[in-house]
Amino acid sequence: MAWVTQTLSSSLGRKVIMSLTGLFLSSFLIVHMAGNLQLFKGDNGRAFNEYTYFMTHNPVIITVSYLLYTSILAHALMAWVLTRHNQSSRPVKYAYSRPEANSPWSSRNMGILGTVLLLFIIIHMRTFWYEMHFGSVPMAEYDGKQYKDLYAVVKEAFSQWWYVLLYVISMVAIGFHLAHGFQSGFQSLGIRHTKYTPMIEFVGRYFFALIIPAAFAAMPIYVFLQVHGII
Amino acid sequence: MKINLKVWRQKNNNTEGKLVEYQLDKISPDMSFLEMFDVLNGELTKKGEEIIAFDHDCREGICGSCSMYINGRAHGPQTGATTCQLHMRSFNDGDTIVVEPWRSRAFPVIKDLMVDRTAFDRVIQSGGYVSVNTGSARDANETLIPRSIADEAMDAAQCIGCGACVAACKNASAMLFVAAKVSHMAVLPQGQAESTERAERMVAQMDAEGFGACSFTGACSVECPKSISLDHIARMNREYLGAKLTSTNVQG
Repeated sequence: MAWVTQTLSSSLGRKVIMSLTGLFLSSFLIVHMAGNLQLFKGDNGRAFNEYTYFMTHNPVIITVSYLLYTSILAHALMAWVLTRHNQSSRPVKYAYSRPEANSPWSSRNMGILGTVLLLFIIIHMRTFWYEMHFGSVPMAEYDGKQYKDLYAVVKEAFSQWWYVLLYVISMVAIGFHLAHGFQSGFQSLGIRHTKYTPMIEFVGRYFFALIIPAAFAAMPIYVFLQVHGII
Repeated sequence: MKINLKVWRQKNNNTEGKLVEYQLDKISPDMSFLEMFDVLNGELTKKGEEIIAFDHDCREGICGSCSMYINGRAHGPQTGATTCQLHMRSFNDGDTIVVEPWRSRAFPVIKDLMVDRTAFDRVIQSGGYVSVNTGSARDANETLIPRSIADEAMDAAQCIGCGACVAACKNASAMLFVAAKVSHMAVLPQGQAESTERAERMVAQMDAEGFGACSFTGACSVECPKSISLDHIARMNREYLGAKLTSTNVQG
């Protein structure tokens, strides 16, 4: 099995780990966004609460969720290992350097963007995931069946302007992170082709870097405006 | 032209270096950047000072010797060109130009602007070759290769091993260099015999030399004097992963 550890600890192998976990996390964003669109239903959270019940009780979803937690940790940990190694590859820095002349900003700042996202994920999971699993969430009853009213927690969190701002900023960060990360993930796997690379770039730039973050950012803004009676 | 220079001076790899300022008054815009350094070294010689050490050889853009990080970019502001192909007309009268050596753990400074690039040689030695029968010369058209494949191989083989990719990369990664060397043989029939071992060995040697990993910023390809495409990096990734998954080498 020496070849497995050797492969995964090589510079290319580490990037493959980053790629596979990153692309998996990207696919999760689609599911997460689609589900959370229930917040826009205007049914005082019934559809959303039924959806969260499904997400916390379906055995397939629960199994995949452990893969998700592992991917977040592996992605962050491997990023740290890679960053350390990459920094050590240039012990003496240039006195004067103009990287903006040859590469996009997001591609050079994936570590900073990723750190912002990790902090966001911690705050985000503390507010919702932790409360849902271990906190005391009020109950709601639909058709005689009891549901945890996570919608109430969502409303409370998003009624605070600074919390909404934190989410919007984090979504900008995820936009920049995915603008580079999504297409870069395919490159690390060697998937590059005249026919498919433009499609991958298009999906990365518009769907993952623009539409998904915009949809996520719209949720706290919508709830904030609704709670404060503006809409 | 009047030019203010800030040049990295460093006695050897064991001493600290620093930027030293020089003024030049009579520089022709038609001079190449290296000729401007020749003028400066001539003046230093007249003054009895130690001349600035820098690598140069062909002065026609094919040897890859002239490694200079000029005003924050590998080989200066021009793209698709080496330092010897850069002319003083690319600068303005009175400009201050900062000149540094390539910065990489794998490229230790020998003196001033000269760096030791033998790390590249060791990467080539590890797998950048094809085995051929020696003896009488083979017929030139013995192995027929379609034009498009020959072109693809030639695009990669254009690499002159200058190290600009390493110099420009934020991670000091040698991916474009190694990829070009893996790629130009991977697409040709002559390169198939060692195909799997080649990618494994060359990547292992690249890592052992202390180069960074690829962040796919694309800086290497932009600064490459031969404009080698990122396609080759993807091909090396494919070659490497394919080799790792299918070779019989279980020791790594």
